[in-house]
Amino acid sequence: MTGPSHGIGTGPGLDHGPGGWGGTEVSVRYDQGMALDHVSFRANAGQVTAVVGGDGAGKTTLLRVLAGALAPGSGVVHRPGARQTGYLPAGSGIYPDLTVAENLAFRAAGYGLSAAVARERTAEYLDRAGLAEARDRLAGQLSGGMRQKLGVIAAMLPQPELLVLDEPTTGVDPVSRSGLWWLIARAAAAGSAVVLATSYLDEAERAAWVLALEGGRELAAGTPDEIVAAVPGTLRLVTARPGGDAGRRAWRRGGRWRVWEGPGPSGSGVSPGNTASHPGQHSGPDEVITPDLQDAVTIAVLARELEMAGGTA
Amino acid sequence: MTGTPGLREGRPLAECAGVTKTFGQLTAVDHVDLQVQPGEIVGLLGANGAGKTTLLRILLGLLPASAGRVALFGEPPSRGTRRRIGYLPQGLGLYDDLTAAENLQFSAAVFGRAVSGCAVSGGAVSGGAGTGGADVLALPAGYAATPVGRLPLGLQRRVAFAQALAHQPDLLILDEPTSGVDPLGRARLWETIADAAGGGAGVLVTTHYMEEAAECARLVIMADGRVVAEGTVPEIIGDARVTVVQAPSWASAFGALEESGIPVSLAGRALRVPGAPPEVVRRALERGQAAGTVRDTAAGGTAAGIIAAGDPGTRVFAAPATLEERFFQLTLPASQAGVSR
Repeated sequence: MTGPSHGIGTGPGLDHGPGGWGGTEVSVRYDQGMALDHVSFRANAGQVTAVVGGDGAGKTTLLRVLAGALAPGSGVVHRPGARQTGYLPAGSGIYPDLTVAENLAFRAAGYGLSAAVARERTAEYLDRAGLAEARDRLAGQLSGGMRQKLGVIAAMLPQPELLVLDEPTTGVDPVSRSGLWWLIARAAAAGSAVVLATSYLDEAERAAWVLALEGGRELAAGTPDEIVAAVPGTLRLVTARPGGDAGRRAWRRGGRWRVWEGPGPSGSGVSPGNTASHPGQHSGPDEVITPDLQDAVTIAVLARELEMAGGTA
Repeated sequence: MTGTPGLREGRPLAECAGVTKTFGQLTAVDHVDLQVQPGEIVGLLGANGAGKTTLLRILLGLLPASAGRVALFGEPPSRGTRRRIGYLPQGLGLYDDLTAAENLQFSAAVFGRAVSGCAVSGGAVSGGAGTGGADVLALPAGYAATPVGRLPLGLQRRVAFAQALAHQPDLLILDEPTSGVDPLGRARLWETIADAAGGGAGVLVTTHYMEEAAECARLVIMADGRVVAEGTVPEIIGDARVTVVQAPSWASAFGALEESGIPVSLAGRALRVPGAPPEVVRRALERGQAAGTVRDTAAGGTAAGIIAAGDPGTRVFAAPATLEERFFQLTLPASQAGVSR
């Protein structure tokens, strides 16, 4: 990376190699409580990092900190300068009363791009994103998917070292979603460190590194494979909703039920006839299954829920 | 659910036959056939502008069809049929200034139907008749007097679910009901939906989330106003394939395919190409090598190197498509270059 680093410095426990951005032990407190509670994360050049979680998990706060829009209460943030940071805020951050082309010209000027460079990139991105015909339409009249694509393009204009995208695909139809992912891949291929928030776990599975948040705290972090490999206990697939204690550790997915048995010594709820005990082993069509990323994050949420309820996971 | 005569005799709760809706020159809905049976969960999928919302409005009785036949509970849509529908709009449709209980009570009064068990007690609101008596909604203590607009979003969504279910509807119409919900919360909402279906209600649900489509007994996929596919997830995917590219430098491979105008998506360090077979992709990669296509990185100048199909480290092969990729293929002709819309 060649741009000047405006980072506050690097802290212990996080290796920021060349081209790596992120934060260490970052906390943010709002009036209602801790929005971020000692969260560490990193984003590497040429890679996509996904921040996952539901509404209120802390995704937006984390991305605002990373983009420099919010100062953390404590912790260390390492990020490039403002002109090397592209940021799509929640809600796309475009001006509804300006046309598509005017929005991009305005943003390009903000990034200090020359008129020639701005024209060239605007034309290329609009063309490849299928927005060329919409360049003179008011941004406020675009469909949700088109508006998100415009927002991502605006953030990509400086070809930033760090591209921060807050839920670019939420509520966006699958066709626009594939267009957005093309833009995201384009930015990563050009060397940007891309950080995106999403509530879609199948999307996070495409990322090189994933941070799952819940209630402002880290729930899980690592590559998708690492997160899956770290799932404790056993996951079973059953056809009917289990009763009793197992019902609290069960959830519906794909029309069937998954039951998680924690690593506790008693192994409550284990059917006596089944001896398989590790994720990754298949012992039958409706028995132990290997979790995927969605299962892994669900289990992490469930384990925390059970812990807070005082139950033993 | 209600034992209304006629419901359990095989007659669909909702039925569209050749339904068409035009706005001036635009045909928003084009000869759509659709049925929802009692106890059935039908997923309605489509890109923006595919006609889903127009179709929902016709079913809700808010828009008349230009042509074709629409029947709800065996009769044309009317104020009467509307009362037997539970509708959850994308924006949740709650009054921000009212509490959860006030929202439910107001809705009950509007529907003119007794809402059993809709009450506040000890901070908990029950509005659960629609799920066979189980509580749909138990607000944490302390939220009973809070206006809905100031509840956390997850709770707002549960209030909206309770409101849609509280008048024991025979048909549920849910427009992107779980957008922005974490996976466990989503699973819990789907338990509520499945319970309602288990009690005999028919469910028509739109979603942009392909994982969620697996919860539906049947999917209907719309593009440009028409139904382009219908069936279970495996039936719709069929034997559709995509091309996967694993290259030492995915960025270079991406650049080469981009030059050829082939839509590509990124999955980890692999590329997935829904719209072109392996031989086409291989040729594009070879052209990229011949032309010396190297995507220079904007930031560091670490040229990713030349790749091609002939590169020993590069693998190009066909793999089964996901539902999202199949969806993309089905709607590709309608959306021109694929990345447009």
